Amino acid sequence: MSLLLEMNQKAFEMGVPLSVHLDVTYRCNERCVHCYLDHDDHGEMTTGEIKGVLDQLAEAGVFFLTFSGGEVFLRRDFFELLEHARRLQFNVKIKTNAVMIREAEARRLRDLGVDTIQVSVYSHRAEVHDTITKLPGSFERTMHAVRFLRAQNLKVTIANVLMTWNRHDSDRLQQMARELGAHYTLDPTITPMMNGDTSVLALRIPGEELPEVFHNPALVPNMEEFCAPPKPVTDDDLEGYSCSAGHSFCYISPYGDVYPCVQFPLSSGNVRRQKFADIWNHSPELKEVRSIQAKDLTVCSSCRHVSSCTRCPGLAYMEGGMRGPSTADCEKSYYRTGIPTANMLRNGGKLASMLLVQIQPLAVPA
Amino acid sequence: MSETYIARSTNIAARMLAGEMMVMNSVDSTFFTLNEVATAIWQAADGRTPLREIVNRDICERFDIDPEQAQADAQEFVADLSQHGILLVSDHPLNVPSGTEAR
Repeated sequence: MSLLLEMNQKAFEMGVPLSVHLDVTYRCNERCVHCYLDHDDHGEMTTGEIKGVLDQLAEAGVFFLTFSGGEVFLRRDFFELLEHARRLQFNVKIKTNAVMIREAEARRLRDLGVDTIQVSVYSHRAEVHDTITKLPGSFERTMHAVRFLRAQNLKVTIANVLMTWNRHDSDRLQQMARELGAHYTLDPTITPMMNGDTSVLALRIPGEELPEVFHNPALVPNMEEFCAPPKPVTDDDLEGYSCSAGHSFCYISPYGDVYPCVQFPLSSGNVRRQKFADIWNHSPELKEVRSIQAKDLTVCSSCRHVSSCTRCPGLAYMEGGMRGPSTADCEKSYYRTGIPTANMLRNGGKLASMLLVQIQPLAVPA
Repeated sequence: MSETYIARSTNIAARMLAGEMMVMNSVDSTFFTLNEVATAIWQAADGRTPLREIVNRDICERFDIDPEQAQADAQEFVADLSQHGILLVSDHPLNVPSGTEAR
C-alpha cells in the first residue's frame, strides 16, 4: 500500500476530514447541457466567511482541498481565497472551465503552488464542445488556457463527461490531452438538475454502450481486473463501507451547507450557523452515513458484486434511500462484468428505471 | 563554521495527521510523512533561525538526543528534504512569505 493510501486509510478510520470539496459559487459563464446546477446566486458566502471556513478546515485536519463551482474565476476574490488557502498549506486542486485563464492567471496559479487544475473539455471538436457549453468560442479559449497552464509546468487534467452528444469523441480527446501533457478522465455519470428536472438524464449514453467504455484499455488501464467477474463475498466485504463520503470527505456549498459528498444531497449542517468541527463530529446525518456497512444494505448485501461494486451512496440516496441500491452503479457492474446484480434479479433481470432528486439550494442570509 | 538556514518551500502542502506531518510537493506530487523530530524541525523552519539553534532549542532536550548526533541527523534530514524541493536551504537567512503557517 502506498504511503498516501495508508494516510487515507488512517484518516478514514480516525474520522478525520482529509479531503473537502468546496464550491465557491454556482454562477457560471457556460451553460453546459448536462449540468445539474442552478446558476443563480442565492446568497454566496462572503470572502470573510470563506476564509473563516478555510481556517476551520485546516484546524480540523483537512489536507486536500478542491475549489470548484460553477466557475470559480467568476468570483472576483478567487485569488484572495486561493492565497489564503495556500497560506494554510492545503494541497489545492481547482476545477474550472478555464475560459478566464490567460498567461497572467496561469503564472499566478503556479506561484501559489496549486497542485492540479482540472479543466472541463467535452470534445476535440470545437463545434461539439461549444454546443455542449452553449458558449461560442469556449473551446478555443479553454484550449489556450490549457497551453498557458502547461507552459507554467502546472499539472492539468482534462475532464470529459461522456454523453450522447460526444459519445464518439473520447479517444481523440484523450489523444489531444496526451499531446498537451495533460491527464485525462472520463465520467459517464449524469445526475438530475437541482430543481428536480430529470430531462437531463436523457443525455446518458445507453447502458448497452457502456461495455465499450469499460473494455477500452486506453481508458481503463487495469481493464482485466476491472471487468473480471466479482470474487466470492467475504465477511470483510460485508463489514466494509461504500466510500469516503462522510468518513474522510465532505462537500460544502457556496451557501455554507455541508453534505457528505457533492453527489449526496443529505444536508448535514451549515457553517454559517455552526462550527465546521461541530457539524463534522456531531451531525446526526453524517453519523448515520458513517454507520452503514455493506451488510446493512437492503438489496446490495445479497449481491454478488458487493466486493467490487462502485455503489455510490449519494446516488442511492437520490434514488430513495442511502441503504438501497444505486441503479446507475448496478448498471455499471452489470455492463462491466456481464453478471446481473441482485437489484436486476429482483426486477426480473432488468435494470429498474430510477427517479432521482437533487440538492435544493438553501438561501441563507449572509 | 557557516550557519545553515532552512525555510519551507512555497510549493508545499502540509498537515498533521495522527502525530505525523504529511507533506506533499505540488510540483511532482512527492508525498512524505515526517516523524515527531522531523516535524519539530519542519515547524521551526522560518528561514531566520539557524538550524544549529533549532536543533539545540527544539530537539536535544525535548527528545533527549545527544547534541552531536542530533546535529548530524538534522543535516542529513535537511539535505534529503532539500533534494525533494520540500525545504529551501541556504547559508544566509531566507525570506519566507509572511503568514505561511505550519499546522
